[in-house]
Amino acid sequence: MSKSFFVDTTLCTACRACQVACKQWHDLPAEETKNRGTYENPADLSFDTYKLVRMREEVIGGKLKWLFFPEQCRHCVEAPCLDTAGDASAIYKDAATGAIIFTANTKGMNVDEIIESCPYNIPRKGPDGTLAKCDMCLDRVQNGLLPACVKTCPTGAMNFGERADIVALAKSRLFAVKKANPKAALLDTDDVNVIYLVAEKPSLYHKFAVASNAAFDITRQVALRRMFTPLTNIVSRLL
Amino acid sequence: MTNHWIDIKNSDCILIMGSNAAENHPISFKYVTEAQQKGAKVINVDPRFTRTSSRADIYTALRSGTDIAFLGGMIKYIMDNKLYNKEYVANYTNATFIVGKSFKFKNGLFSGYDSKKRKYDKSKWAFAMDAKGVPKMDRTLKNSRCVLQLLKKHFSRYNTKLVSKITGTPREDLLKIYQTYAASGATGKAATIMYAMGWTQHTVGVQNIRTMAMIQLLLGNMGVAGGGVNALRGESNVQGSTDHCLLWHIWPGYLKTPRASNVSLDAYNKKWTPKSNDPLSANWWQNYAKYSVSLLKSFFGEKATKKNDFGYSWLPKVDDGKAYSWLDLFDEMYKGSIKGFFAWGQNPACSGANAGKTRKAMERLDWMVNVNLFDNETGSFWKGPGVNPSKVKTEVFMLPACTSVEKEGSITNSGRWMQWRYQGPKPLGNSLSDGDIIIALGEKIKSAYKNSGTFTQPIRNLKWDYLTNGEYDPHKVAKEINGYYLEGPKKGKLVESFGKLKADGSTSSANWLYCHSYTEKGNMSARRSKQDAPNNIGLYPGFAWCWPVNRRIIYNRASVDLKGQPWDKKDWVIKFAGDVKGGKYVSKKWVGDVPDGGWYPLENPDGSKREDAKHPFIMRKHGHAQIYGPGRADGPFPEHYEPLECPVEKNLMNKQRINPVAPIYKTKADAFATCDPKYPFVGTTYRVSEHWQTGLMTRPQPWLLELQPQVFVEMSEELAKLKGIKNGERVLATSARGSLKCTAIVTKRFKPFKIAGNTVHQVGFPWHYGWRWPESGEEESANLLTPSTGDPNTRIPETKAFMVNVKKI
Repeated sequence: MSKSFFVDTTLCTACRACQVACKQWHDLPAEETKNRGTYENPADLSFDTYKLVRMREEVIGGKLKWLFFPEQCRHCVEAPCLDTAGDASAIYKDAATGAIIFTANTKGMNVDEIIESCPYNIPRKGPDGTLAKCDMCLDRVQNGLLPACVKTCPTGAMNFGERADIVALAKSRLFAVKKANPKAALLDTDDVNVIYLVAEKPSLYHKFAVASNAAFDITRQVALRRMFTPLTNIVSRLL
Repeated sequence: MTNHWIDIKNSDCILIMGSNAAENHPISFKYVTEAQQKGAKVINVDPRFTRTSSRADIYTALRSGTDIAFLGGMIKYIMDNKLYNKEYVANYTNATFIVGKSFKFKNGLFSGYDSKKRKYDKSKWAFAMDAKGVPKMDRTLKNSRCVLQLLKKHFSRYNTKLVSKITGTPREDLLKIYQTYAASGATGKAATIMYAMGWTQHTVGVQNIRTMAMIQLLLGNMGVAGGGVNALRGESNVQGSTDHCLLWHIWPGYLKTPRASNVSLDAYNKKWTPKSNDPLSANWWQNYAKYSVSLLKSFFGEKATKKNDFGYSWLPKVDDGKAYSWLDLFDEMYKGSIKGFFAWGQNPACSGANAGKTRKAMERLDWMVNVNLFDNETGSFWKGPGVNPSKVKTEVFMLPACTSVEKEGSITNSGRWMQWRYQGPKPLGNSLSDGDIIIALGEKIKSAYKNSGTFTQPIRNLKWDYLTNGEYDPHKVAKEINGYYLEGPKKGKLVESFGKLKADGSTSSANWLYCHSYTEKGNMSARRSKQDAPNNIGLYPGFAWCWPVNRRIIYNRASVDLKGQPWDKKDWVIKFAGDVKGGKYVSKKWVGDVPDGGWYPLENPDGSKREDAKHPFIMRKHGHAQIYGPGRADGPFPEHYEPLECPVEKNLMNKQRINPVAPIYKTKADAFATCDPKYPFVGTTYRVSEHWQTGLMTRPQPWLLELQPQVFVEMSEELAKLKGIKNGERVLATSARGSLKCTAIVTKRFKPFKIAGNTVHQVGFPWHYGWRWPESGEEESANLLTPSTGDPNTRIPETKAFMVNVKKI
């Protein structure tokens, strides 16, 4: 059994404490930003930004909604990035938690293909070609602490625990939220360990809120391809 | 807060108006969302759709500065539909009091107005008294001169059609909100208000809050769990610093600063001690002299004797009728009459209204001492934008202060909870705690006055014995605040609570409200019990300490009926549990929170009246909460007036455009523009989650600057189109006082208002920025635009409603 997050966007106030806590725990530098005519900043995830609260203004049924989506790696149950890399020293799944972990050995791999394989467009390339993303605060979790983003969340939007408990919590919240929001849904529950609850159409929150239909099919294609290409990566790294 | 943060979870309806709690008090949303999940309705009213609005069940917009019109409409709705809680109103508020014949209201003016002095003679608003000197009352509420009937008449003009014309809020939204909120008038239901500077920073700031307090009283929401009037403080310790006399007009514990006309201690105590002839009124302030003398004993120790008026004559007096607020001090500084200035833990070059005037004023000082964590726009004003350092004579000293985590001491939060905090790391470099700086300064001044000087007694006689091993000791100060027995068998012991303080000099207390916080039992504010009280409503009486006497919900005697039994059987605050014999209470016992006075309830179980009871609002002279408030500078009832700068020629509610007693300053730097085509748009200022105050602690923090890197102006898509402004481009905002370059955020979250048939646009700016950081020096303070006028009672500046223009650069 793995660990999972439940991100209840119906409770998120976009205070962005999670975004800052993530940087603080991982000691990531701030990016130089400009106000782009929105509160959302930086503009995208990056090698130095693992967590980003997406903020979208949408008029739905004649009413203005400000939709918040704290974006992060989903720690997929069957992670396409892991399959694509095909090298456990670069990308592996932590057995106890289910966290998908990128290591320094991602440097020199075909990182664009790994990025491409992610149905949620999460991994980002550093200046030297190393990949980075959310690591579930594995060091904290292994020491009995909550991930930094969960620990800092004031409203209960961010939750973390055993997968079975988290799925149960997600379902009970969906049931409660659905009464007033018939469009409410849990996103890709079976495939991911970061389960989002949204009240509106997922694509309104973020382009990559849900995996495209084909995404997990690609996983299978990649797995197949990997059978034939174990040497390619090794060779490319030797070069 | 009359209640406290955790108590928000007990509410059935939460109105967030005049604050942006989700963004500026993010932790409060832990309790807001908890209430919401239990079925509470969250209503948000704000000129702009915010992160708070995104979580509200009902959101609507109003034009900045029209809150009294909005809430006045709610009062009318409550009266017209008889939704007020009659039992509560008739027994616990002054709705029943008969108002004297000289009270009148006509053409927007209350009786007693002197247009030359721009002041009211408040004696015209007095109650009619009976032969014993008790206000005449009509508990049936039918007398046409009783407060409730006058209230009904006063707000009869506030119909939704007119309110909508003034506020720009659609009528259907007004009605929906009135209906939802007023449902809390039902017995056992509670609604709360979360407000902040969006209500206070107006020329009608106090009356904004009074209007809401009146609504809370009408609906029976004061004293109950999930109710109250709750100010969300802008700093962790604003409540504490106010309690300990941050403001010019009060001494610690809300005692009055003496006026020049209070020529002796006796005269001072007489002037400020209210008298009630009603045996059922506790009139708690009758104890005034016990608190003022104990304070003087705390200042001067053994040097304060009965013979020398306990040193009363050594303390400064303020001139009668003169104000000494922030606005007044900087006005005087601007005029050159103030020579020296301690800027202590503040950044007036960015934080004060009309920052340009403030910056200019500082050039006229001989010296300034800047005590702060870092250098700021205030300490460096002499090299600021447009200032030639060679032309500035002011000598500036910087004293580096350590941060809050580097020192021991207490903070008192919005909910009045005093919490002791231990020292973390030691102060960095040569920085010192505020206590150490004050002590060192005091010692230096004392030694300078040792042998010579003018009027030396106040300095020489000051009892400052707060050192342990040569260092400032916060425990000694905390104990001094609590107070000691100075004579008798308990001499040298800490006083148990303020009920024991004396007016004869035998006790000391540096703040009577805090007497009970540090006793022989120990430091109450350092307690950390996680056990709740028996009523299980989140009082946690053993966690920290709360003034007064650890009472977590004040006015809680109003949460019970006349027989002492709670209106709300589920989320009850207190209840009377004394023994009953033959239909009468025969022993005294309250359970739950610390009751607001432990007297018997007003009635026995058999309905007979008790002579030994007290009315529940014990801090009021007559024991009743004030729906009619004859003590305010601008009238006993609130009335809608436009902001000093506004977009309309006429006030649609009455013939006065602005608050007739709003302070007006007249230096060259005090320019105002109403209905001036040069400044056609309403402007307001606010905060964001990502920065704090003037940004001194957040702008140099790269992670926070990453989130909100630049000062911005938010505007509607309609206004952007009108002005040809593109989202994300730099624009110039101007007011009659200054200009500000900022980045345009063009958003659906601002919408143009329809005000009396005209389109009125509003824009808003965060005020967290200043030229010292970020390095570009391009991100300046929004207070360069704001006007120096304010509320006539408090003199808080009107930075929430003023007129501006925005244009492409």
